[in-house]
Amino acid sequence: MHKRFGKNDAVFLGILLGLCLLVFLGYRVFLRTKGSRIVITKNGEVYGTYSLEKEQTIEIKDKDGTVTNTLIIKDQKADMESADCPDRLCVKQKAISHENENIVCLPNKVVVTVVDGDASDFDAIAQ
Amino acid sequence: MKQKQQKEREYLFCKNSKKAAMLGMFTAVAMICSYIEAMIPVNFGIPGIKLGLANLVVLLVLYMMGTKDALIVSVLRIILTGFLFGNLFGILYSLAGGLLSFLVMWILKRTGKLRIISVSVAGGISHNTGQLLVAALVVENYKIMYYIPVLLIAGFLTGLLIGILSQEIVLRLQKFMKNSSV
Repeated sequence: MHKRFGKNDAVFLGILLGLCLLVFLGYRVFLRTKGSRIVITKNGEVYGTYSLEKEQTIEIKDKDGTVTNTLIIKDQKADMESADCPDRLCVKQKAISHENENIVCLPNKVVVTVVDGDASDFDAIAQ
Repeated sequence: MKQKQQKEREYLFCKNSKKAAMLGMFTAVAMICSYIEAMIPVNFGIPGIKLGLANLVVLLVLYMMGTKDALIVSVLRIILTGFLFGNLFGILYSLAGGLLSFLVMWILKRTGKLRIISVSVAGGISHNTGQLLVAALVVENYKIMYYIPVLLIAGFLTGLLIGILSQEIVLRLQKFMKNSSV
């Protein structure tokens, strides 16, 4: 038996890699459609819904009115412009435009998610 | 008879203090690893992807000292670096990932059929999964699971790197550890 790598390892790693790639490809192929709106949630509650068609700057405010995050919509993409948290990971994240893509700011509990374009369908069900 | 007991006690004391020193050293190395990692300005476009250098130390302790020691080093490292450089939330995410990956690695090691490299890969993947699960619970938004494919692949690759590294280190350090009789 080799000290570093055995047959078991090859089988185990192969299966794991296969599973990972399967999930990866599955997500890529089936879940990647362009979205048309974004939904912002704060503390788990919906903060607002905005169209990706319109270029705009959205200030996400705390309950007491201080702006915690600024989101910019440009070229049908949403990008976090600034945040008041120390690590600012959400600002470093890439702009999002595909359905279900999201930007998360954990310290401020802000989630920006791209949703499906068919607004009429959604409203019809909601009503 | 008395002399023999005395010698026995001295031996145990020596062994215990060696172990304590070793554990302290490993914890310090793990903390330095996570500090260095935080300083590397690599940005993959997605938060949460990092090398997992600290896991290297946990693997070393797991293979050279024991399960309990590895768990102690892992948890201590997370709590200490959390208080020093992060915040309470950071500790929560790290603990979720750290404990889940530790559990998985421990179980896989116990089977005795897999080498460090497989154990490390499984640990990397489960670490990312655990963190994402807690993140989804905290922000109360399950759409965050969108990132799971990318994080799975990232966990696999970083786990592979760390696995190869720790395998080499364990093979070289084992001799030294045997000589110092810890």
